[in-house]
Amino acid sequence: MAILVYADHNNAELSSATLNAVTAANQMGGDVTVLVAGEGCDAVAEAASKVAGVSKVLVAQDAALKDQLAENVAPLIAGMASDYSHIVAPATTTGKNIMPRAAALLDTQQVSDITEVVSPDTFVRPIYAGNAMATVQSTDAIKIVTVRSTSFDPAAEEGGSASVEAVGGASDAGLSSFEGAALSDNERPELTTARVVISGGRGMQSGDNFAMLEEVADILGAAVGASRAAVDAGYVPNDYQVGQTGKVVAPELYIAVGISGAIQHLAGMKDSKVIACINKDEEAPIFQVADLGLVADLFQAVPELKSELEKQGIQAR
Amino acid sequence: MKVLVPVKRVIDYNVKVRVKADQSGVDLANVKMSMNPFDEIAVEQAVRMKEAGTVTEVVAVTLGAEQSQETLRTALAMGADRAIHVVHDGELEPLAVAKMLAKLVEEETPDMVILGKQAIDDDANQTGQMLSGLLGWSQGTFVSKVETSDGAVKVTREVDGGLETVALKMPAILTVDLRLNEPRYASLPNIMKARKKEIAKKTPDELGVDTTPRLTTVKVEEPPKRQGGAKVGSVEELVSKLHNDVGVI
Repeated sequence: MAILVYADHNNAELSSATLNAVTAANQMGGDVTVLVAGEGCDAVAEAASKVAGVSKVLVAQDAALKDQLAENVAPLIAGMASDYSHIVAPATTTGKNIMPRAAALLDTQQVSDITEVVSPDTFVRPIYAGNAMATVQSTDAIKIVTVRSTSFDPAAEEGGSASVEAVGGASDAGLSSFEGAALSDNERPELTTARVVISGGRGMQSGDNFAMLEEVADILGAAVGASRAAVDAGYVPNDYQVGQTGKVVAPELYIAVGISGAIQHLAGMKDSKVIACINKDEEAPIFQVADLGLVADLFQAVPELKSELEKQGIQAR
Repeated sequence: MKVLVPVKRVIDYNVKVRVKADQSGVDLANVKMSMNPFDEIAVEQAVRMKEAGTVTEVVAVTLGAEQSQETLRTALAMGADRAIHVVHDGELEPLAVAKMLAKLVEEETPDMVILGKQAIDDDANQTGQMLSGLLGWSQGTFVSKVETSDGAVKVTREVDGGLETVALKMPAILTVDLRLNEPRYASLPNIMKARKKEIAKKTPDELGVDTTPRLTTVKVEEPPKRQGGAKVGSVEELVSKLHNDVGVI
């Protein structure tokens, strides 16, 4: 058996979600090859070659692959699929965009967003916003799987010494072209990998009020997230959204502020190790999942939280 | 321009799902069913494009049991012109759905297919991308903005890092995200009118698609329950517990 892991990256850095996917791939058994498709992505290939548990890195570099357009990447993956028993990608927006297209080209039913590898052909995945966990067995010749990052430990970034091999076969399908990106300029830790996340909901009442959360986040070294309601209301950008259709997070500590706790939001954070919440409505469903719930007006409690953290000399770990 | 909009009948997003005691799946008996919320956004987008004059016909499609017709009636009441129902009892996986949609695209020759980015029951997030792959069309997934011009469409996509803009050659597949629009409620007169609109029926056999599932569901279980519900009386107590008792900060 041989497993191909599609690397998520931005041509400069290997994304951390790829490390989780490598761990999942190793649990499926067999040698793990990482495919780095992009342009000017030598540094990514080198980083991938050092990841523990990776035996080979394939690098496909072409202008057509630079922006990871699914129309150009999926045929490349499908073209090399016959050498592998499994094709695995992190369930990032890039993986979600590309992999089903590759699966269709290979006449394969993808298994999305797995949280556990039971055996080489059997996987656990959440359905109904994580309110049920399905164990499914694939009967396809090649298993195509996307991996929920928070369910697998990251593979060590150092310790591997995989060979790096250039591969061709890329071409521009001529169907789409990348025009530009407006990526959030965020100095804080990445939401999906942060040790602490503090999220605001509709109760925040405005985008300006998120500054209160940012101040607490800066003390704790936390990432800032949001519920769908806060994103829909325009308080914060879309990439803050935690939930069924946004980002899934599982930090050591999740602090939900002014978030009622709709099942769609819980789907994105209920695997956090510790959940704390601040909400003035003590009937809010968030209290049912919170380990530590504080019934309070957030506009008093959050500034108080900041000064209490400062008073006790608590710092980011 | 003609647009095809596939819609799915799913458990209503407000319903708390229950796993069956025999672990064969979730209990759908006597549970409120609705159109997948993302598909409502897809229908709304198509209808708005028609109202703006860029689209001439909106065809809604569903694949599923007899009752899925209700979902098509909702799409028709929102403004779709006509509908196609591929009648099938039992499970349909995204690949089989994409294959049937590809056949319908061959028959209907739309210029664009607009789908929800994922269904809130299986949370697979695959059908649109698979359909694009099968047809060899361009794909714009997780779309929060659509601008059409001659022979091309420009979409803004919600990605992990923020937003991305991609130009797609027509014909194109779009899968829509939450922020694209706020779907309308169908008015009573439109609901009445929708009853008279045509729903053509087909079967997977007529489309020549084998719908045999590729995945075997071994079991469906409840997720581990969280032992929540504990409260603290003050911010000071909260910080103290997090720092000293739980030790996460």
